[in-house]
Amino acid sequence: MNTFYFIAFLSIFFSILVISAKNPVHSILYLILTFFTFTIHYILLNAQFLAIVNFIVYMGAILVLFLYTLMLMNLNKESEPVKANFIKIAAVIGGGCFLVTVVASIKALGASPAVILKDPNLGLVKNLGKVLFNEYLLPFEVSSILLLSAMVGAILLATKDPKTV
Amino acid sequence: MELADIIVKFVLVFIIFAISLVIAMYSTYAERKVAAFFQDRIGPNRAGPWGILQPLADGGKMFLKEEIIPTNASGFLFIVGPSLAIMTACIGSAVIPWGQKLTIGSHVIDLQVADINVGILYVFGVVSLGVYGVMIGGWASNNKYSLLGAIRAASQNISYEISMGLSIIALLLITGTLSLREIAEQQHGWHWNVLYQPVGFILFLVCAFAETNRTPFDLPECETELVGGYHTEYSSMKLGFYLFAEYINMFISSAVMVTLYWGGYNYPGMDWMAAHAGPTLAPLIGVGIMFFKIFLFIFFFMWVRWTIPRFRYDQLMDLGWKILIPIAIANIVVTGIVITLINR
Repeated sequence: MNTFYFIAFLSIFFSILVISAKNPVHSILYLILTFFTFTIHYILLNAQFLAIVNFIVYMGAILVLFLYTLMLMNLNKESEPVKANFIKIAAVIGGGCFLVTVVASIKALGASPAVILKDPNLGLVKNLGKVLFNEYLLPFEVSSILLLSAMVGAILLATKDPKTV
Repeated sequence: MELADIIVKFVLVFIIFAISLVIAMYSTYAERKVAAFFQDRIGPNRAGPWGILQPLADGGKMFLKEEIIPTNASGFLFIVGPSLAIMTACIGSAVIPWGQKLTIGSHVIDLQVADINVGILYVFGVVSLGVYGVMIGGWASNNKYSLLGAIRAASQNISYEISMGLSIIALLLITGTLSLREIAEQQHGWHWNVLYQPVGFILFLVCAFAETNRTPFDLPECETELVGGYHTEYSSMKLGFYLFAEYINMFISSAVMVTLYWGGYNYPGMDWMAAHAGPTLAPLIGVGIMFFKIFLFIFFFMWVRWTIPRFRYDQLMDLGWKILIPIAIANIVVTGIVITLINR
């Protein structure tokens, strides 16, 4: 439990640094650390497959591309758009309202007792695969088609129409 | 876990670490000797007999050089870059099974640091993390050549990771496990996976060249276009770390390829050897065989470097996306159909 609290503290600490860092590249690096702590969370939950996939896909691929794009962009102080004052005030009030709502709803919820899984080894690759392909085959396949169509859509948006060029 | 087990693991980690560093050191010497052989020269021959002390001299020079951190560089990240590069290179060896279980007296020692059931994915994760060292170093240098090198490294690694992952999937269809230990045990004797997955092996090999930034895919440090690439601004041991990480990566990826495709520590006639040489000596011979295979692969890496010229960047991307990925997908489909037909 102590490990959990320590890692949870690190997650929150790094995520605050993500939004407070002045330099966008630094905040991406903090985001990488945040995702690394998520990997440790998954390992603590005995979900090895999710942990390693989070590691490969998020830390190893998506954030590399984030960093790649940021390095290509020119993010100087001068090019940063300056917001008007009333927008800043509105943002503060809106954020405060949201915070109050979230805190109130969490208080109203009350702490639920910890759920104990019937099978603690569910997160291992073998068991997870069996569950996905036996019990949840249709949703699993449908979501893969959804991802494929999203990919095709992204390529369509990125390619220029040869007629208009 | 008992205290004795922990000590054994600790010693094992220490030995593997020492071996990978020594191999990386002598790979630099071997590289120069191999280059000399291919170009009909003699190569380094002044430090010690046959130049055998050359890596020590090079290392000493690296340590004693002046350490320069450019004024406009991002100081902390400039140091983090090479540290990350060498760290990610070193942690990959944790899941590789170096040999069968070794019996000394009544003790049985597992010649693998950690037998986790997602071994391959761990190696894959470490490989994908390796690019951060190059990217952070290149960006922190505050130099346009370094930045271009870093960006090239990022897009190259991402592109080739895809076909590497796809080639591994075809292998997993055959083995049915993600644990490197079980994969090594399945290849007992002659049943090496390369006999069942020749296409997958070639794909993996090409991707390994790209992931370790070796010629013909060393575009991130292409000196004809980018001065020194991502390590242009580096000097002293920080440069040494980058160069060292490349050789350790080469060693680790050779070990992974040997384990996945070339039978690991297995060799024909190992049952006969186990019956005659006893439970202590036979696994050690297996370890020797494994290292022999690894050295052959390291030689192959060097052989290619001094034979094939560097790709152009668009050719590199075309090869990755338009040739390797379709072949890898076709390989998965064919493997799947063949397995279904055989099992029926």
